[in-house]
Amino acid sequence: MYKILEKKILNPTVVQLWIQAPMVAKKAQPGQFIILRVDEDGERIPLTVAGVDAARGAVKIIYQIVGGTTKKLSYKEEGDFLCDFVGPLGEATHLDGLRRVCIVGGGVGCAIAMPVAQKLHEMGAEVTSIIGFRNRDLVILEDEFKACSDTLRVMTDDGSYGEKGNVTMPLSEMLGAGKQFDMIITIGPLVMMKFVVATAKPYGTPVTVSMNPIMIDGTGMCGGCRLTLNVDGKRVTKFACVDGPDFNGYEVDFDEAMSRGRMYADFERHAYEQSCNLFGKEKK
Amino acid sequence: MAKINMSLKKNEMPTQAPDVRSRNFDEVALGYTKEMAMDEAMRCLGCKNMPCVSGCPVNIHIPEFISKIKEGDFEAAYRIISKTSSLPAVCGRVCPQETQCESKCVRAIKGEPVGIGRLERFVADWHNTFCAEMPEAPQKNGHRVAVVGSGPSGLTCAGDLAKAGYEVTVFEALHTAGGVLVYGIPEFRLPKAIVAKEVETLKALGVKIEANVVIGKTLTVDELFDEGYEAVFIGSGAGLPNFMGIPGESLKGVYSANEFLTRSNLMKAYLDTPETPIMKGGKVAVVGGGNVAMDAARTALRLGAEKVCIVYRRSMEELPARREEVEHAQEEGIEFRLLCNPIEILGYSNPSDPRDCKNGFVSGMRCVRMELGEPDAKGRRRPVEIEGSEFEMDVDTVIISIGTSPNPLIKSTTNGLEVNSRGGIVVNEVGLTSRAAVYAGGDAVTGAATVISAMGAGKTAAAAIDEYLKNK
Repeated sequence: MYKILEKKILNPTVVQLWIQAPMVAKKAQPGQFIILRVDEDGERIPLTVAGVDAARGAVKIIYQIVGGTTKKLSYKEEGDFLCDFVGPLGEATHLDGLRRVCIVGGGVGCAIAMPVAQKLHEMGAEVTSIIGFRNRDLVILEDEFKACSDTLRVMTDDGSYGEKGNVTMPLSEMLGAGKQFDMIITIGPLVMMKFVVATAKPYGTPVTVSMNPIMIDGTGMCGGCRLTLNVDGKRVTKFACVDGPDFNGYEVDFDEAMSRGRMYADFERHAYEQSCNLFGKEKK
Repeated sequence: MAKINMSLKKNEMPTQAPDVRSRNFDEVALGYTKEMAMDEAMRCLGCKNMPCVSGCPVNIHIPEFISKIKEGDFEAAYRIISKTSSLPAVCGRVCPQETQCESKCVRAIKGEPVGIGRLERFVADWHNTFCAEMPEAPQKNGHRVAVVGSGPSGLTCAGDLAKAGYEVTVFEALHTAGGVLVYGIPEFRLPKAIVAKEVETLKALGVKIEANVVIGKTLTVDELFDEGYEAVFIGSGAGLPNFMGIPGESLKGVYSANEFLTRSNLMKAYLDTPETPIMKGGKVAVVGGGNVAMDAARTALRLGAEKVCIVYRRSMEELPARREEVEHAQEEGIEFRLLCNPIEILGYSNPSDPRDCKNGFVSGMRCVRMELGEPDAKGRRRPVEIEGSEFEMDVDTVIISIGTSPNPLIKSTTNGLEVNSRGGIVVNEVGLTSRAAVYAGGDAVTGAATVISAMGAGKTAAAAIDEYLKNK
């Protein structure tokens, strides 16, 4: 059993937890993920590590309440336990040798982008961060990004905070003005990452994207997390759990990944509502 | 001693009727009654040279345990089996006895062999039902061994070492112990309660099980030695599923058999209100002809599919699944489309409405008919496409069950661990890898094979580890 040490509501749909998991805390690197189960009948969901505190043996996760499982997880409080918590899984983000990096985060993806930005900052790299949200109420981790970025641009879709517009606008502006990056690292909704890649393409700047497909075991057994890369004109199947979750953005077939991500959309909506009915009532 | 039962046929195994069982996940085979078991035991001649024993990968003393059944002393029979097998209730259900012990049975020369597997199952079930007593943990010898993976090879290795006094810790990546026995083999063939019971027995022997630890990620093999383990057995199992490399394999509704079975078995998607989703109902095609394909097809049927077919590129004669599984599948109404190979999975697409919820889901499968050509190097007749014979099948779910490639996690994080061109860990005849004190067995070595061959490998490695640590 894995104890919830701290719980913080970051915005109405995003929650941050510190979980006691010393073995995971000892090893986890930015870009890696964990899989958890809330309870004995629960599904296994992958969440990217948002931070570690090795001294305390704790791992930070930040998640958005989107379906039945995350809803159920949101009812857990400090001192409660999670049934299972395994990791760190996947490959860490490759940061060696990077000097000037642009981090582009969208929504809850910013939580995953943050440890990458922090690590780069510690390594002495020049970090430019662009973080985007739908509106003012959903903005998270602004102070944390400020602390580890040389330049920070905060975007909201409706202009209720920061600048109005999506994350590709400042990116395109900077690249257009001749700003050079060794790498753009982008984490967020698939459609956003797809457009970050399209924005960078004319300038040939390398883009690393962090994929978060549907997974079950997360250890290279079930193949549910497969995605297709276009490598030198050939279509190649890769598995996000062991080959990723980071991939070369120019190679990823985003349209296919978006389609696959919606495989259980109806089920999720239903499970979310059911979870609300079941646990919401109990809570009150 | 009573007279030999000279019946040429085995006592029939009572089963649920096909039209009933195809709608539930309860066990298909119901097991012998005491009377049936004793009657079947009487068919055993008790041959002095015991040919059956040589057919068993873990060398169960078969005539000896059967003679105890004849006497009605089932607990004594259990003790004989458990001397050499750590998972009797499992083996009695899933071993391919027809190609192992029973294939060597003298009674099979004229008529059917003794139902050894059925008797083994009877004895194990009798013990599990009537004997609550757990074995006592043997005296510890102070040596620690780590076992990676709690599937059949790992559990067997752990059990044998624990019986010899070793302190054994089994590291399991998933949340439950059992490996393929829990995520792969369905409830109707191997109830999970039986696996759990066998694991409890191992715990009583002193085996520690650490779930949620991925060796190669959470800990490496080298770190296990740093922590004081003196030998490591790797039984990490088969790995990533293979796909055909045809267009459409990433459409929604295409599963690997591993994923489909894991969703249903381990994640309990077969329950009425599961938390893990699975596509149920509709028309299902399972590509492949092994035991895993049969499990996937029969699971799909029980989940409520209107129609399930097996698509296999060779003929019934080459189909690798166990006969019994094929017969059960046929009785349940699963159709076999033989000499038939998929060339493309077709998807639904409504260009005028990108929000159409059916977009991107499977709508059919293009196949080509095959004929058997010249035998290949292994002597198996190679299937050849019949030109111009393409046709479309109407399906909405495709489950691909054409094998797996070994898991890359341990290989990539263990220095000096040699693997072959297919990614399987290279071992010698006793299971020793290219690294001192590191042993391996099961699918991690051989690629997808049977439960009992994995158990055999676990057993051999346990003996080798014992020998190595005794002489260290």
